[in-house]
Amino acid sequence: MITDTPLVQARGLAKSFGDFRAVAGVDFSILPGESFGFLGPNGAGKTSTMKMISSVSTPTSGDLSIFGLNPAAHGPEIRSRLGVVPQDDTLELELTVLDNLMMFGRYFDLPRAVIRERADELLEFAQLSDKRNEAVDKLSGGMKRRLTIARSLINRPELLILDEPTTGLDPQARHLLWERLYRLKSEGVTLIITTHYMDEAEQLCNRLVVMDKGHIVAEGSPRQLIEQHSTREVLELRFGIESHDRWHDALVPFAERVEVLPDRVLLYVHDGDDALRAVHAAGLTPESGLVRRSSLEDVFLSLTGRTLVD
Amino acid sequence: MATAAVRSEPRLGWSPARRSAWYHFEFYRQTWRGSVISNFLFPILYLASMGMGVGHLVNSHAGLVEGHPYLDFVAPGLLAMTTMQVGSGESMWPILGGLKWTKNYHAAVATPLTPDDVLAGKVLFVAARMFFTGVIYLGVMWAFGVLTSWWSLILPFAGVLVGLAFTTPLIAFSSTLESDAPFALVQRFLLTPMFLFSATFYPISQYPAALRPVVQFMPLYHGVELSRSAAFGTGAPLAIAAHVIVLVVLTVAGWWWARRNFRRRLVL
Ligand SMILES: Nc1ncnc2c1ncn2[C@@H]1O[C@H](COP(=O)(O)OP(=O)(O)OP(=O)(O)O)[C@@H](O)[C@H]1O
Ligand SMILES: [Mg+2]
Repeated sequence: MITDTPLVQARGLAKSFGDFRAVAGVDFSILPGESFGFLGPNGAGKTSTMKMISSVSTPTSGDLSIFGLNPAAHGPEIRSRLGVVPQDDTLELELTVLDNLMMFGRYFDLPRAVIRERADELLEFAQLSDKRNEAVDKLSGGMKRRLTIARSLINRPELLILDEPTTGLDPQARHLLWERLYRLKSEGVTLIITTHYMDEAEQLCNRLVVMDKGHIVAEGSPRQLIEQHSTREVLELRFGIESHDRWHDALVPFAERVEVLPDRVLLYVHDGDDALRAVHAAGLTPESGLVRRSSLEDVFLSLTGRTLVD
Repeated sequence: MATAAVRSEPRLGWSPARRSAWYHFEFYRQTWRGSVISNFLFPILYLASMGMGVGHLVNSHAGLVEGHPYLDFVAPGLLAMTTMQVGSGESMWPILGGLKWTKNYHAAVATPLTPDDVLAGKVLFVAARMFFTGVIYLGVMWAFGVLTSWWSLILPFAGVLVGLAFTTPLIAFSSTLESDAPFALVQRFLLTPMFLFSATFYPISQYPAALRPVVQFMPLYHGVELSRSAAFGTGAPLAIAAHVIVLVVLTVAGWWWARRNFRRRLVL
């Protein structure tokens, strides 16, 4: 399904709030059928970027085109083909679950019968069928999230924008969403996802960018990013309860890079077992040593100096 | 786009503003119970208490007011005042709710609707509610036997105009706010004084000459006078034109200001 004309294209895209540059000039293009991820620590500018792509926020400068259209001139047309799951739910709390979907469908000018049919199917998917006549106010946080996701699909969007869609979902609901997203992907729907869960990014995204302080600091497939920004393996050492900082200098000779976290030290190495043997041979005695493969989490740490969920 | 053929949606061809208004009607349909009292009971209670209580007193002491029995005189003013209340109620908390608390105006502008459509839909809905209120008033007035002229059939329309003169400026004001605290001040220092001093309950000639310009400065005064002219089919054309102009200018200026604020607030 992937063709070469980008569905979304940004050049020097920037967004300022007063003097503050939340998005400081970013370039990216997203191809039809791709699923594209935005990662980054809190405040990196992900949501600000999502809002510009959703055509509800006007760029301060730069070029942006969606479906080959300029959002400043063709906002309604673009939005009619988008599905958006905003970071914060924007549901009508006093209305029932079903009426929220009916209302939203009407905004897209869909006939009642069509909305009703789709609503039944979407409520089934969101596992809210038995809550259909319940006021949204009375739903749990995760259920509201599921309803917001269901709502974003009411117009059968060609491009689905999900800003931290699984925050607040239990593992089962998360996997259900992933499954649905695979299905949409296989039907040719393009996905844009922001997430703080690395497993989610690795599972769902063909390609992703890491943002930090308004800039894109890396771009590629999860594999490429790991290859470029991390070593093959990681050795995790724990040294009891005292501060891990004091071990930093002693460990530097054993690894390409050393990261000290509050509860452990990460050694970025080609071969973890070799490194662990060398550490022991040098007379250092960690309480435990765990060897694992590099993940996106490590890429993230190396690029932003922060862990993902913080 | 090449993908256009993939999903051709059935279209109703409703204008975006109408779709947005539909939302408000739908919402109202589900949550109307709270407003039954103000819609049906208030007209009856007002007219009953005014007619039987105050009216009786006035009629027996002073006779006619501006040539009309007191109840006939006061009823159109009460209608104007009620549409003001309906319009201003809809223009304060619900607006901040849509913009800030439940954020469902933000949800609406993530669809093909624009901030202008969301605003127009809201105004359309409030206008319809006020019209409905006017029609009920008319019915109650008829039941109380205070309708004397065919002109009174335009009362619901006059009521809408009066109400809009409060609705759009208040929506504009509400859409600049971050908290609902100022609403109490609006009620205390704007709406209540207007309710009391806009010549609703007695003619402006009762005020000392020095105070009359103050009364005439209040938008509700023009609403009350316009309603009275409509109810009796009387009034100088020039005065009527002045009332209409004041109310239209307020409505249009408020709308313009509200549009600016909605765009700012919904499209960041
Ligand atoms: N409406 C606004 N007015 C002022 N500043 C804003 C506004 N929206 C966002 N910002 C600022 O822009 C920066 C980027 O915010 P944004 O919401 O895009 O971050 P994010 O990457 O989505 O973060 P998170 O992971 O916490 O959701 C933050 O510093 C935020 O304070
Ligand atoms: Mg965000």
